[in-house]
Amino acid sequence: MSKQFIEQIQVKELVARGIVKRFPGVLASDHVDFDVHSGEIHTLLGENGAGKSTLMKILYGMYRPDAGEIAINGDRVRFHSPLDAIRHGIGMVHQHFMLVPTFTVAENVALGLPSSRRVLLDLDVVSKRIEELAKTYGLQVDPAAKVWQLSVGEQQRVEILKVLYRGASLLILDEPTAVLTPQEVDEFSETLRRMIDEGHAIVFISHKLHEVLALSDRITVLRSGRVVDTVPAVDATKAGLARLMVGREVILQVDHPEVAQGDVRLAVHGLSANGNSGLPALRGVDLEVRAGEILGLAGVSGNGQKELAEVIAGMRRPTGGRVLFDGTDVTGALPGKLLDHGLSYIPEERMVDGTVRDFSVAENLILKDHHRKPYAHWVFMDSAKIASESDRLIEAFDIRTPSRQTPLKSLSGGNIQKLILARELSRDPSVLVAAQPTRGLDVSATEYVHRRLIEQRSAGTATLLISEDLDEILNLSDRIAVIYEGRIMGIVDREDVDVERIGLMMAGVSEQAAGNASA
Amino acid sequence: MNQRKLLDLLPRLTPILAVLISLLVGAVMLALLGTNPWEAYRALFIGAFGSTNALADTIVKATPLLFVGLGICIAFRGGVLNIGGEGQLVTGAIAATAIALSVPNWPGWLIILVALLAGTLAGAIWGGIAGLLKAHFNVNEILSTIMLNYIAVFGMNYLLRGPMMDPLQIKLGSFTPQTARLPRAADLPRLIPTRLHLGAVIAVILAVAVYILLWRTTIGFRIRTVGKSLRAALAAGVRTKRYMALSLVLAGAFAGLGGAVEVLGLHHRMFTDGSAFGFTGSAGFNGIVAALFGQLHPIGTIPASFLLGALLTGANKMQRMMQIPSALIGALNGLIVLLVVGSEFLRRHRIKHTQSAESERAETSAEEEEA
Amino acid sequence: MSWSIIIGILSSGIRLATPYLYAAVGETIGQLSGVVNLGVDGVMLMGAYVAFFVALRTGSLSLGLIAAAGMGGVFGLIMAFISVTLKAEQGISGIGLYLFGLGLSTFLFGITIRNVQTIDGFPDLAIPGLSRIPVIGEIFFQHNILVYVAFALIPIAWFLLNKTPFGLKVRAVGQNPEAADSLGVNVARVRYLTVTLGGMLSGVAGASLSIALLNTFQQNLTNGMGFIAVALVYFGGWRPVLVFAGALLFSTVNALQIWLQVAGINVPSDVALMLPYIVTILVLAAMAKRRVNAPAALNKRFERGES
Repeated sequence: MSKQFIEQIQVKELVARGIVKRFPGVLASDHVDFDVHSGEIHTLLGENGAGKSTLMKILYGMYRPDAGEIAINGDRVRFHSPLDAIRHGIGMVHQHFMLVPTFTVAENVALGLPSSRRVLLDLDVVSKRIEELAKTYGLQVDPAAKVWQLSVGEQQRVEILKVLYRGASLLILDEPTAVLTPQEVDEFSETLRRMIDEGHAIVFISHKLHEVLALSDRITVLRSGRVVDTVPAVDATKAGLARLMVGREVILQVDHPEVAQGDVRLAVHGLSANGNSGLPALRGVDLEVRAGEILGLAGVSGNGQKELAEVIAGMRRPTGGRVLFDGTDVTGALPGKLLDHGLSYIPEERMVDGTVRDFSVAENLILKDHHRKPYAHWVFMDSAKIASESDRLIEAFDIRTPSRQTPLKSLSGGNIQKLILARELSRDPSVLVAAQPTRGLDVSATEYVHRRLIEQRSAGTATLLISEDLDEILNLSDRIAVIYEGRIMGIVDREDVDVERIGLMMAGVSEQAAGNASA
Repeated sequence: MNQRKLLDLLPRLTPILAVLISLLVGAVMLALLGTNPWEAYRALFIGAFGSTNALADTIVKATPLLFVGLGICIAFRGGVLNIGGEGQLVTGAIAATAIALSVPNWPGWLIILVALLAGTLAGAIWGGIAGLLKAHFNVNEILSTIMLNYIAVFGMNYLLRGPMMDPLQIKLGSFTPQTARLPRAADLPRLIPTRLHLGAVIAVILAVAVYILLWRTTIGFRIRTVGKSLRAALAAGVRTKRYMALSLVLAGAFAGLGGAVEVLGLHHRMFTDGSAFGFTGSAGFNGIVAALFGQLHPIGTIPASFLLGALLTGANKMQRMMQIPSALIGALNGLIVLLVVGSEFLRRHRIKHTQSAESERAETSAEEEEA
Repeated sequence: MSWSIIIGILSSGIRLATPYLYAAVGETIGQLSGVVNLGVDGVMLMGAYVAFFVALRTGSLSLGLIAAAGMGGVFGLIMAFISVTLKAEQGISGIGLYLFGLGLSTFLFGITIRNVQTIDGFPDLAIPGLSRIPVIGEIFFQHNILVYVAFALIPIAWFLLNKTPFGLKVRAVGQNPEAADSLGVNVARVRYLTVTLGGMLSGVAGASLSIALLNTFQQNLTNGMGFIAVALVYFGGWRPVLVFAGALLFSTVNALQIWLQVAGINVPSDVALMLPYIVTILVLAAMAKRRVNAPAALNKRFERGES
């Protein structure tokens, strides 16, 4: 057994003072003070880009601070790599799981650790210890299972086991609840409580206010790289925290005017498709979206949303069922044909599917219509027209860019999303698929996207809005469908929304049962 | 600001630096092996530029590099790594030779035209095989094009030792593996009384055409989109597989045309020493070096080909005068590739630097406006 | 076809598999860690040249072998530096390495040895007892030392990759370098090790040609064997045992092709020579669709904290 990793110093107190971290053009950490003690959950709260990730990467040795110091139990420490942090009893569970999908649970846990049999792997010993830890903390998982076969919740347990196995007494959890259903979150908080009882210290990162209030002992709010305030959770309120986070009152409602709905523009019947792993991701989805309607698709990530968007956009071949645009069967058609049918697509992965990093702003703006008038005549492209049209779109959609020739990759996330909106909405779409349209955007960019989507609804577009942000779905949608493991659990009208019922459906409880449970 | 400009210029200069470093490494090796590198490079320089004939030979050597390099520009921009220049040159040359020999009585210009087209087509087919394999079977094009190189060479050896052998060789009993001389009417016109032929001009004109293709047409736009992002291209309605295959077809077509031009303009017959090198002089590989050296820009590939042509021509002279194997230049070419590709690292970091500064400026201006 | 011919073809098939085995096993380990080295052929040429040169000058085959491994290691280091430290596109880097090795070996050969010579390579060692077994003994147990070592390499590589903590690191770095990095695995160091090791094995592969199999050196001696070795890695789906099977299949096709020529069967030799390359393409086409075992980070640069 790798004793040196198990019997490590117990982190009783970690204190960080005056942490500064600069990136080219950004001050990501601006003299941050932060401390956490054994037996408490200290939450880092802040918007995207507030500096949460930077701070925790510094605590975990992934970045080295430009200034400031970190002390554990009163002794100053310097981390040159995560290995140093691990040796000091710090463990981290990343937001995007750091697992090798082709490995077993035990292999993932054993990775990077010396073996008790020196040059020979000791996976049986590792497995036994995993089972012990699982029992102590309520983290049941089969050590021999391959990780790609596990559910998201189970994968998260593996991540936590990895950290505990290394004897960490300070755990950094980066948005651990983002991928869980409300019910799974309850189980998870139980695990957290057990860890606190064992004397662990936990740094919890989140931007979900109700969870933060429920789970934390103390809360530190970050904004633009600075600590705004540190407050005990018992004294905090949602509104107060929100104000600290954004620096002003948040508008939680979007103007949602009455729009007359038209014909069914997008229909999906019995659609099934496989995910990247080759396993079924969609199992018979039925949906209809009418002109002038936004249909919101709610669900915990990884339940088939991505695959559904991709099948409708022609990026993934369905294994069964039909897709109809305006009553025409377009099942399995390539994106080119769908574009001709008036499809616009705001993809989840905007840097992969939505734009070409190395292309200029102008080239990205004409991406989907480069071969049409006015951009091209026969095979020849019209530079003058491309220039004038790009400038017009940059202006109309308020894309902040030095020029239309600037490479796309130098734009901020919000401006890249505005560029995609400019391209997709200016095509006057009849069907719009918007997947995670505001993920990673700041408040003002998010508001902008929301306004545009509502405008497009008024213009008569049929919109399928896919989002993991339930508030966004509730604010924008006319009807809300909930997806779970590739099936639609139910569809609710805007007027009849009951958040608890939607939460239950997101956890796999059928509409009827959910209705009964919450009634 | 001046310093900044200098730093911005640096990435553009890296290919030149790569050549200089390679030559320096070559000099060190020569010195270690007991030859005077200064003398060697002087012989090389004179061999490349020392006389009208030398200069003409340099251009003649550069011509196939440019043909292959233009195809490489298209392929690499399209995200497919065509290493099949050797095989495509050979198949193009064989096709042109076969056609030209089969219609000896046609008017010269017509033979030339048909032979060039045949060479282009043959090269396109040879590249297209790799394209089809890539599109339909997801076969790594680097490996398939390399295998096709060997297949083309053995095919050439078979034809030149068998069906296409010069009847005169058979009659004399010498059995040299080469074809008969092409009809003289089909010789590409010479430009000046040297070995310099029309091929160089054709190549330069085509370089401009490739520029227009890549940056002024929808086809080029799609090729470049596919090369930069398969997923984004697919989402934009581009038939990505078709365009990857097309990139390989075009790359093969240019190399095949290059092979045909070599036959019609320079050798006037096909011959083999058993390897690809005998006929191509490794132009299929050196064309890749030229294109990379020219930063995958068709116009930049013109001077790049010229410089490499000079190195190769000079190396022959160096070999004759000082018994230094001309393969030295082959080794240095490999080094140039490594340095040019490796220096992308500096470029990327430089770009990242300036760009985050730019986006910061864009962001701040946005904030100012809001305030 | 008589028994003795079949035995002869199979025996030389085993013998001819040697260079493929060294090179392909080395490439497998490198690729499993996420680095494609397409320069194998050039590294083999350098190994072949150095081994031959050292053996010729010192009269020691072992010194030649060590020199070849050392030279291969140096070339592996160059590839690692370009692809890991400078994070260059691996495909083109490999072609650069190939051209460098091809040119340098030809150049050095021309300046130091000049004309084609032969030496006495590693002698055949009949394994006592085993070599007496009829048929089996003739096919498997009458080879030179490098053949036996090559065959021993397969279980060694399998053990290294699947049963040791180092192997776990190698595979993790090839599948998910971010995950490995987050657990303190030094991604760059692992890749340097695997690519250098791969280079050393390629150097030995070249030596097995020049001082054990053919006992000579000339320009472009390998004629693309290194590229075929890379193809064998895909063929074997990154599993040493299947890579081994592929190498054997391949070398047996080769032996058959040589026999066809020697026997004067009415196939033009040039057409017979195409066979291995055509088979490679067909095999790549057949295998390309089932790449389940492929290292997910193959040919991708790893930069910490990019997201």
